[in-house]
Order: sequence, then structure tokens, then C-alpha cells
Amino acid sequence: MREKVAIAGIGYTAFTSVSPGSSYRELTYEAAVKAYEEAGIEPKDVDSFVCTSEDMLEGYSISDEYCNDQLGAVLKPVQTIPGDFLHSLAVGVMHILTEKFDIVVVQALSKASNMKTIPEMVNFAMDPVLNRPLDITAYAVAGLEMNRFLEEGKATREQCATVVVKNKANALANPSAGYGARITVDHVLESEPVAEPVRLLDIAPYADGAVVVVLCAEKIAASLTDKPVWINGIGWSSDSPTLESRDWTDAVAVRLAGDMAYRMAGIRCPAKEIDLAEINDEISFKELQHLEALRLFEPGQAGRATEDGVTSPQGKLPVNVSGGGLGVGHLFECSGAQKVLELVLQLRGEAGARQVLGARVGLAQAWRGIPTTSAAVAILSA
Amino acid sequence: MELEKFELGATPLKESAMKDGKVLTLHKKPNLKYAWDNGPAIDRYLAELKKGRIIARKCNKCRRIMIPPRMFCELCWRPTDEWVYVEDTGVVNTFSICYVNWDASRIKKGDKPHLPAVIEIDGASDGMGILHVLGEVEPDKVKIGMKVKAVWKKPEEREGAITDILYFKPMRG
Ligand SMILES: [Zn+2]
Repeated sequence: MREKVAIAGIGYTAFTSVSPGSSYRELTYEAAVKAYEEAGIEPKDVDSFVCTSEDMLEGYSISDEYCNDQLGAVLKPVQTIPGDFLHSLAVGVMHILTEKFDIVVVQALSKASNMKTIPEMVNFAMDPVLNRPLDITAYAVAGLEMNRFLEEGKATREQCATVVVKNKANALANPSAGYGARITVDHVLESEPVAEPVRLLDIAPYADGAVVVVLCAEKIAASLTDKPVWINGIGWSSDSPTLESRDWTDAVAVRLAGDMAYRMAGIRCPAKEIDLAEINDEISFKELQHLEALRLFEPGQAGRATEDGVTSPQGKLPVNVSGGGLGVGHLFECSGAQKVLELVLQLRGEAGARQVLGARVGLAQAWRGIPTTSAAVAILSA
Repeated sequence: MELEKFELGATPLKESAMKDGKVLTLHKKPNLKYAWDNGPAIDRYLAELKKGRIIARKCNKCRRIMIPPRMFCELCWRPTDEWVYVEDTGVVNTFSICYVNWDASRIKKGDKPHLPAVIEIDGASDGMGILHVLGEVEPDKVKIGMKVKAVWKKPEEREGAITDILYFKPMRG
């Protein structure tokens, strides 16, 4: 019988457009104090720490070195993943599955407000010899992909805008979300063009925040928490980086990451077995594309379903009840952590005004953003 | 760095080949700008430097007086408790004599080498110090354990930065 992995505690800051009162250190410290308090542990009880950090975003070379103090991880086993929080979560889960570690802490942080030239940093993710000399924005990658997605009849332009309307409205019920608003499809369609067909309101605005999670082995879960949330499945995958020959219509890596997580969780019919999903919606259409990649909707059906309210908080499959990236903000490496946070609150029945009744199994999906194809998926249950 | 000086064991790419356009050469200057929020501890530290003072934070559990100051004690895992002014004097813990600049380019002939040093500050706990540079001293006269004192910029020139201290110089006697 394989060891199971529980989330025994979670701590988080508010997600805000700026956070001038705190450095990255105090943001993570705040989240860590809350997470450890929930699990009733101290840093000395932790067997390993997994941080999430990307040098160019932090503005430090080897930024992993700067993760330790604020987690109480000085002189302890620490490693840092330059990916999404969900990639770090996968590492944390693996540590526990080795049965050599009982308690593992996983952290992620966004200090997007401190990054003053984000479009240029993202541009540096493109190939220096073949792509960068063309002097095109990295947002073009989203435009190219969305155009092909629409051309293939996967969704209508209006259906993509409906995702923005829904998620920003959802965020109004989330006190931690920074970008809640009541807007219409027309607001989205008439917002400034960025990289057509992508318009300004299609893009998740940046936000700051930190999340820390305490994982533990099943055998000690009862001693740390009376409301464990179980990580039933986790998977990750990446496509080729090449912009010249990637699949411009479907999120293939998301499908593979999802299938890996489903296999581990023993899920055969995702659309029937998942009660709610937190999906990467960094660009509006990505939510629809990702839902279909994850087999939660048939190809070409997610847009219609969104219009029909199937993915609304009262619908059959609530998607991004938290507000998602469009409503909470784009948290870079911390994006997947905000999704796990929402699932934990929902599965424990602690989501307040936005509580989804009867939520038992949730799916969190991360994508590393433009221009990447890297994805990770986690399946959580109460 | 001059590529010509390296034996690569194959046909080496010469710097001149790039200069003369014989190989594809792409130039793009990264425009990476960050505006780090310092947080309350480093904000106050810098504000005090502007006033010509060095401030530390004390943890009442391990009783360490820490610089640079921090809002939490990374060893006790609790918030720190009080602000404490410390001296602008200290002892050289370790130093190096650098004949290259920050970007590893060689210093000009006749220029003095850089003298980075870790200075354990008087009034702070053992091992707590400031990484800075030494001045008004010949490189061969620098010793570990040497007493030093901060030389400050003029008040009107200070800007709330670690460079408000120009350097540390040896104390007489
Ligand atoms: Zn202490």
C-alpha cells in the first residue's frame, strides 16, 4: 500500500497589485507562519523544503539561495524549482512517497510589482537566434495561438470574453483577489487590442502574493490536522519549445499532465468525477483550451458550456470560483499555488461566500505562461 | 576576455571573427529593471545610514543583535523584538585584495586594488557584520582582527544606501 500525501496546513497572503510594505522575505514569512500554525509545527519538524523561484523574475542570479531564511529553512534540506508551484508540489509529494520524509514544506511567491520590465523579461524566453531578432512581442505567441484556436472553431470570440466576465465576477466574492469587477462581454471585445485577437482584458493582470503549504505522510496526518486534504494525483508535462512547429490549437502538454494525474488518482471519467477546477486562464481562451485538454469538456464544447453557465459557481462544473488569474491576478511561479489554495479552502468547506456545495474532488492546473508549453496538474480531495 | 588566448583543441572562434562580421552576431541589450520593496527592516537600516547611524534588530529569544536588521529571526523562527543602535566601528573578520573590478576586468596599471572586507560591528552579536570595503590603508597593511571605523559621506550627499559609508579605515592605536 503506497503512502498517501496530505496537505496539513496552508498559509497565504492577500493577492494584490502591489505590496510595498513587505519585501519578498516578509511575504513568504507571513504565509509560512500561518501554514505552520495551522499544522501545529515548527521549522525544526520539517524534513525538507521545496521553493519555487525563477532568477530573471526575482532579479537575482541563483535566487534559490534567498529562499531559506523566511521559511525557517536555514541549515535544512532545501531545493528550489524554477517552474510553477505545482512542479514544486510534485517534488514535495515525491519526497514523501520515498517514505524518507514525513513533513515537507512547499513555497511559492510572486513579487510581480517589483519587476518593472515584465514584457522584456518574457521576451527573453524566446529563442535568441531565431525569434528575438524579429522584434515581436511575446504576447504575439498568445495572439498566434488564439487565432488558430478560433479558426479551428474551438470557441467563438465572444465565448472567450465570457471567461473574463465570469472570472472577474467570481473574484468579487474572494476577499484575497485583487481584480474583481463586474464587466460585460463588450467591455472585453472593445478593450485595447494587444496582439489580436488578444485584447487587454483577455490578459490576466499581474499580482503579488505568497503561499506556503505543509505536506505530510498519511501516517502522521491525524496528528497534524483534523481536516486533511489529500493529493490523490499529480502530473506534469512539457511540449517542445519551438514556435515554428508546435501544436497551435491544442494544449497537448496539459492533456498529458492531466492524464498522468488522473492515472495516479484512479480517475477514469474526469468530467463526472471532478467537482470543481481551478484552471490557468492567463489569457481568456486558455481556460477553454485547458478544460478541453483535461477532458473536462468535449473538444469545442467548453466555450458553449461557459456561455450556458456550466462553469459558473452554481454550474455543474465550477471553474475558477476563486476568480482565476483574470480575477485574482497573474502570480507567475505562484499561480498554481493560488489554485491549490482555492481547492483546499473549498474542500474543507472554508470558502465562505463562494463555497461550492458538495465539493469533494478538485483539480488544479498550471501553465507556465507565454511562451511556454509547460503544464502541471494536481487532483485533491477532502 | 580575449578568446584568442584560449586553446580549445579545435578551430577556435576568434573575437576578430565577430568584429569583422564573419560569424552571425546578434546584439540585444537586456532591459531588466527591478524595484525591490525592501520591507521594514532594510528600509529603516538605509534610512538610518542616511543619518550616519547603523541600526540593528534584536531577538529577545536568542539575544542576537543582528545586522543587517531583519523583522524575523531566521534561527528562532519568531518576529524580532527591538531596534538597537550599534557602533560604526568594528573588527575585520576577513578580507581580500582584488586586482580585478566587479566585472572581472583587470584594474588599470597603477590603480589601487579593491579591498572588500567583512567587518564585525561593535555592539552587534559576534559574527554579525557589514560587507564593505577598506580605505586609507595599504593592502599589505590589512590584517584580520584589525580595528576599523566607518568613513561617511557628507550628510548632504547621503542617499540612504550602503554607499553612504564610503569605506572603513584603520583606527589608530
Ligand atoms: Zn533568535
